[in-house]
Amino acid sequence: MPKIIVVTSGKGGVGKTTTSASFASGLALRGNKTVVIDFDVGLRNLDLIMGCERRVVYDIINVINNEVSLKQALIKDKHCDNLYVLPASQTRDKDALNLEAVGRILDELKESFDCIVCDSPAGIEHGAFSAMYYADEALIVTNPEVSSVRDSDRILGILAAKSKRAVEGLDPVKEHLLVTRYDPKRVAAGEMLSVDDIQEILRIPLIGVIPESESVLQASNSGTPAIHLEKSDVAEAYRDLVARFMGDEVPMRFTTAEKAGFLKRLFGGR
Amino acid sequence: MSLIDNLLDYLRGDTKKTAVVAKERLQIILAHERAGRNANSPDYLPALQEELLAVIAKYIHVDRDMIKVQLEKHGDYEVLELNIMLPEDKRAGA
Repeated sequence: MPKIIVVTSGKGGVGKTTTSASFASGLALRGNKTVVIDFDVGLRNLDLIMGCERRVVYDIINVINNEVSLKQALIKDKHCDNLYVLPASQTRDKDALNLEAVGRILDELKESFDCIVCDSPAGIEHGAFSAMYYADEALIVTNPEVSSVRDSDRILGILAAKSKRAVEGLDPVKEHLLVTRYDPKRVAAGEMLSVDDIQEILRIPLIGVIPESESVLQASNSGTPAIHLEKSDVAEAYRDLVARFMGDEVPMRFTTAEKAGFLKRLFGGR
Repeated sequence: MSLIDNLLDYLRGDTKKTAVVAKERLQIILAHERAGRNANSPDYLPALQEELLAVIAKYIHVDRDMIKVQLEKHGDYEVLELNIMLPEDKRAGA
C-alpha cells in the first residue's frame, strides 16, 4: 500500500525541507520507490536542497493545469535511483493548488510509487493545508523552542480535525515527533527543552532526534541532502529516523551530552 | 559568562533554569488553547442556530440573542443544548 507522508511543523525555519530531502532520500536508499513533492508554491526551495534546481523545467502547477504530464514534471534525483522530485512553481500563486487537483496527482503517483513525501510550507494557510490533507502519516518537525512547540501543537489539532482521514472518519493520521536542532549540552545546562519535555507536552510518539550541526548548512550549500554526508551525526540521525519509520527497532542517539567536568563548568566555553 | 558568574552558579547550585520556565509556560498556554479548540463548537452550530431561529420566528417572535445552541462535553458523551427564551406574554399567532 503506497503511503503519503507529510513533513510539517507550522513554524518556519525548523528543518522541514532539510528533513523532507533526507527522509525521502533515506526511504529511496532502502529500496522504496519514492517521490518528494514541494508544496511551497511561490517560494520553492526543495530543488536547491536536493541539488536539482537547474533541471527544473515544469512544476506541480503545470501538472495541475494539465499543461504537461506528471512524468514530464518529475525530476530524477542524482543520488538515488528510486527517488524523484516534483518541484513547486516559483511564479504562480498558491491558490492554484486546489485540493481536488492535488488529490488527482497523488492518486496518479500512488500507481507507481511506494512513498510520497509532501514537503509542507510554513504556516497554516492553503499550501500547508493541501500538503497535509491527504496524509496517511505525518512527521511533525519541532525545535526545542517554545514557539515551535506551540505551532506543532496547532498543526496536530488541524490534522486531527480537518485532514481527509479526520473528515471521512477513517483511522487518524499517524503522527510522529521529530525533534531537530537539538543540543544536548544546552539541555543538560537547563537552557533548552529536553526531548522528554517536548514529548510530554505534545503527547505523540518520538521517531527521531536530529542534533544541531554545522553540517546541515554544508549540505545545503552543496545541494546534497544531509543524509548523504560522510561521518556526520546528522546523516546518522536521519538514517535512524528512516529505519524507525520502516519499523526497525533503533535506540535513540544524540540525546545526551558528555558530562562536563568541574573545570569546564567553572571556566565555561564549549 | 565570566569566571565569577560560573563559579557563583556552580556554588549556588541550579537557579531557575529557563528550560523549566519554558515547559511551564507551554503547558499553561497549550492547555488553554486546546480547551478553546475542543470547546469550540463544531462548524454546523452557527448554521443550525440560524435555521432554528428562522423556524421559530415563523410562529413566535423571538430575539436573536434569545436562542442559544451549545455543545457540552460530559465525560464520555456530548450534550447538544438548545435554549430558547420565549418573550413574556407576547405570543404572536401563526
